[in-house]
Formats: sequence, structure tokens, C-alpha cells
Amino acid sequence: MSTIFSVLYIYLDSLAFLLLSALGLIIILGMMGVTNMAHGEFMMLGAYTVSLSCNAGLPLAPAVLLATATTGLLGMATERLIIRRFYGNLLQSLVATWGLSLVLSQGMLILMGPSLPGVPMPLGGFGVADKSYASYRLLLPAIGVGVLLLLWVVLFRTRAGMKIRATMQNPEIAQAMGVNVKAVYLLTFGAGSALAGFAGALYAPTTVIGPLFGNSFLAPAFVTVVVSGGADIILGAAMSSGALGAVEGSFNYLFGSVTGRMCLLVATMFLLRCFPAGLSDVLNRRRR
Amino acid sequence: MFAWLEKHFNGPQTLGESRFFWASFLAGCLFLLCLPLFADEYEVGNYTYFLLHAFLALGLSLIWGQGNILSFGQMVFFGIGGYSYGVFSVNLLKITQNTFFSLAMAILFASCCAGLLGYFLFYGGVSGVYVTIITMVSTMILETFMAQTAGPQWTVGLMPLGGYNGMTNIPPLQLNLGGEFPYEFRDARLYYLVAALAIAAYLGLRKLANSRYGNALVAVGSNPLRSEMLGYDIRMIQFAAFTIAGALAAASGGLYAAWGNYINPSVMGLTTAAMPVVWVAFGGRRCLLGCVVSALSLQYFSQCLSADGSQYALVIQGGVLMLMIMFIPEGVTPPLGRLLGRLASGIFRSGAGRRLPIERLENNGA
Repeated sequence: MSTIFSVLYIYLDSLAFLLLSALGLIIILGMMGVTNMAHGEFMMLGAYTVSLSCNAGLPLAPAVLLATATTGLLGMATERLIIRRFYGNLLQSLVATWGLSLVLSQGMLILMGPSLPGVPMPLGGFGVADKSYASYRLLLPAIGVGVLLLLWVVLFRTRAGMKIRATMQNPEIAQAMGVNVKAVYLLTFGAGSALAGFAGALYAPTTVIGPLFGNSFLAPAFVTVVVSGGADIILGAAMSSGALGAVEGSFNYLFGSVTGRMCLLVATMFLLRCFPAGLSDVLNRRRR
Repeated sequence: MFAWLEKHFNGPQTLGESRFFWASFLAGCLFLLCLPLFADEYEVGNYTYFLLHAFLALGLSLIWGQGNILSFGQMVFFGIGGYSYGVFSVNLLKITQNTFFSLAMAILFASCCAGLLGYFLFYGGVSGVYVTIITMVSTMILETFMAQTAGPQWTVGLMPLGGYNGMTNIPPLQLNLGGEFPYEFRDARLYYLVAALAIAAYLGLRKLANSRYGNALVAVGSNPLRSEMLGYDIRMIQFAAFTIAGALAAASGGLYAAWGNYINPSVMGLTTAAMPVVWVAFGGRRCLLGCVVSALSLQYFSQCLSADGSQYALVIQGGVLMLMIMFIPEGVTPPLGRLLGRLASGIFRSGAGRRLPIERLENNGA
């Protein structure tokens, strides 16, 4: 019983890590086709906002919302100034956003120093058969799945979501039908950045907050989105974080976290080799 | 001299083919030759350090500039080259009496690794930005792996891999000519060796880029589907370019390990993995010489910044990269070269009647 629970706990933890870190990138890379290397830095900015506002006396929940809003606005500014030039050009956007990520992380290092005061983990813990677990770590996967469902509702069940999907599919025709394409791009990138900041804010209580906070999230985020593929971003993200989480979780349980991370990366290479268009593409072909 | 250079190294795929370009190239070589005469030992070591990274930039310029495949994996093969030079040289020094053989073995080994990854990627139909992401992932795998190789169980022959602290006591390049002491390549000797190799690699890549293979590589880069329909084996062509780029990166890595007698896993980290991309994007990826010049000058620049104790080196580099891609996506050197060429065409009449390189590019491409 206790072994089953601790395996499940590790699995849910890796799943939440992959899913949450990929949330914003699902929209920005999966839908908009912008290889945003500064994704980790948006998460870092979210964590910084949480650290600063929590230590100024704000409770965690409103601090997370504040972080979401802040990174959303910063994302819109980035779209307006930089990203707008690079739609449809994956490689150029990759290089430019990599430059941006250097500027943000090193700039933060200069502005705020090597680390910020941490945020205590809320909710406490519980014990199962002599081992103690953090409740917050079990809340994270629930939040991840919840936000993914919310994203599905927004994209597929609202008018705004329809406009977004139309614009991503064919901007010219969407514009001809009266959609303000520029505004849609601006808001969609803003929403993606806001989700990145949200995820960074949620992970702020779990780890050290410094300028390189985003680095550990960047690879898992890219891996999840790329393995998911662009055919059905919501289901794809669920599938890829589920599958990769299982790989990382089980190797983590058996051989430790370094091996777990390496096996995650190796598994990604093999999955991409077998399904270059991603898992969701396989599913889509099956459906037809 | 000019006639020989123009006959052998000019062609449709390389920028810079006027007499003025070659005169500047020779002047640059002469400058490299004379540099140690005016520098102290420390500076010569420094210039060697800059120069040995030229191979990285050349390799990336081949695969990204000509083949249109952005690889973040150059530092993977740099790392493999450096580490395997360390392992081979320590284990084989007694047997072979020199370390050039080990350098060659290291490059061979890293090329095999590059070939393996390239086979996996290109014969698997992975393309575009996915190649970039997989190569990025592979640098991170290798960095994570090497960082945990501390302890005696991670010893290859006589050489411990060293984990996070890195591999130390790597022998310098040396030949044992039978005397009491080996003939070691340090300081100015190593400098001249690296400079000569870099010039040879540059000219060799120019030759390659203008060969039938080079033309095919550019064709595949600009439109893979069309090239495939015309009967080219695009997988083979991309695979070969990736492997050659890997071999060049390994040369840099091996020379780096021999130069500093040390290598650690952070050379494969994300920040360093992107340095070659910065150099090549800044120099202009279509221009082989521009990439080398930008690699040298950006390293010099960033060293000046960090030597002053300034924290701004990486911020400035990131900012420069961002602005470059936004405003001058073809890189600095091609427009600069055109400007200088126009200014000089009054002096060097022979360049006047030729088409500008960029016009030839436009006629060939698209």
C-alpha cells in the first residue's frame, strides 16, 4: 500500500511538473508556432512576483493571481515589441527569444542579486505508513488538469476561442471575416505568458527562487509540447505529460532524480524519432 | 596567388570573391601570423583560445548557413571531442608517444557520435525546429550525464571523468621525437598550429560549399521537398553536413582540452551551447569568414567586458543577438562586406565588372 502510494505520488509530481511548465508553451509554441526560449524566464518572473508580494504580506493565492496578471502584461509588451516580427519563422523567433531570455535572467541577476527570499509551502503535509508527503504537491497536478480543461472550454466552447482558432488556422481569411487578427495575436501571446507566469508562481514555494529559476523548466516544457504535437494541443498535452511523466516518475523512483531526468530526455528523442508530428497526430490519424 | 585562390575557392555558394576580399583575407592571415610577435605569453594563449573556437563557428555556418538546419548540438560534439581527447591521450600517450593520434581519434569518435545522432534525426524524417529541439535536449542529456560521473567507478582506463568538477590533467598536444623531453605544443607553437588549421578548415569548407555537394546542400536547405522531387537524397545530404559540423566541433573541443588541460560539463550547458549560435547569427550565417571573424571578435568583446568585472557581458550579448535578428537578419558581415567592396572597387578595378555576391545568391536561391 505504502509503496503504491509513494509511486503514485512521484508519478503525479512529475506529471504536474511537465504539464504545468508546458501550460503557456502549449499556446505559444503549439498554437502560435513561436519557439519561445524565454518561456522559462516568464516563469521566473512569475515566481519573482510571488516572492516579492508574499514577503510583503500578501497571501499565496492572490499573489499567484498577481503574478499571472503581471507576466500576462509583460508577455503582451514582448509580443508588441519583438514577437510580432517573427510569425511563421520558427528559427528566427528561437534566436531572438533566446537573446531575450539571456537579457531577462542576467538583468534580474544584476537587479535583484543571486536569490530571493523563499515562500513557505502552504497546506502542510500528511503521513502514509511512516512516510510524510506534502499536500501541496498533490494539489499541483489537480490544478494542472483543471487549467487544461479550462483551456479546452475557452478554446472550443466560446466565441473568443473560435476567433483564436480561426486566426491560428488562417490569419488572412480570419481577417477577411472581421477578426482583428493583430489583437488576437497580442492577447493569445499574453495569455500564454500569463499561464507561464502562473505555473512559475505555483512552483515558487517548492524551490529556490533565483534568476536561473526558469532553466529547469524550459526543457520539460519544450519536451512536453513537442511530443504532444500540434494536431490537438489539449489532448496532446495530456497524453504527452501522462506518458513522459510515467517515464520520468518510474526511473526517478528506481534510480534517482538525475537518471529520471535523463530518461525523460532520451524517451523524448525516441518518441520524436517514431512520431515526428507528435502523439496527438497519431491519435488524429487513428480517428479518421 | 590571387588567380589560384579565385580559381579554387570562388563559387556560387560563398560570399566574398572579389580581389579586394582575397586581399583582405591575405592581410588577415598575415595579421594572425604576426600577432604573437607583438603579444606576451598570456595574450598569445588567449588568442589561441579564441581561434580554436573558429571550427565550431565554421561547422555551424555550414549546417545552418548552407543547410538551413539550426543545431544547438555543436557543443555536444565539442564536449565529446574534449572529453575523449582527454581519455585517449592519457591512455595512449605511452604507446603512441604523441597526442596527435589521440586528437584524431577523439575527432573520429565524436564524428561517429554526430553521425549516429544525424542518422537518427535525418533518416527518421525529423526536420526544422524539431532538429533544433532534439539537439538542445541532447546537450542537456550529456551535461546531466557528465555532471554525475564523479567517483572512481567512472574511470576510463587511467582517466577519471571527474563529474561536476571536470576532467583535469589532460596532456597538451605533444610529439615525442626521441629526446629527453617531448616536443610540446604550447603558447606560440599551439597558436600557429591552431591558426594554420583554422585557415585550412576555412578554405576546405569553401571548397566543399562550392562543390556539387555544397550546391545540393543549399538546395535542400532552401526547399527540401523540391530537392527530393528532383532526385536528391536529402537525408544523406543533411546527415553528411551534420556529421562534418560535428567533426569540426570536436576539433574545437579536442584543441580546447589540450589548450587548457581541463574540461568540465558546463561547456555543454544551455548558455554555452547557444554561444556558437550567437556568433554565427551575428556574423551572418551565409558567410563562412564572417562567422569566424564574429566568433573571434565576440569572444574578445565578452572577455573584455567580464575582465572589467562587469556583470553586463551576457546581457549585452543577449541584447545584441535580439536586435541583430530583428533588424539585420542576414548578419553583420555581408552588408559590411558589400559596403567595403563598393568603397574599394575604385582601387581594385578587377572587382568592378563582377556581380555582387548577393545578386548571385538571389539568382541562385528562391
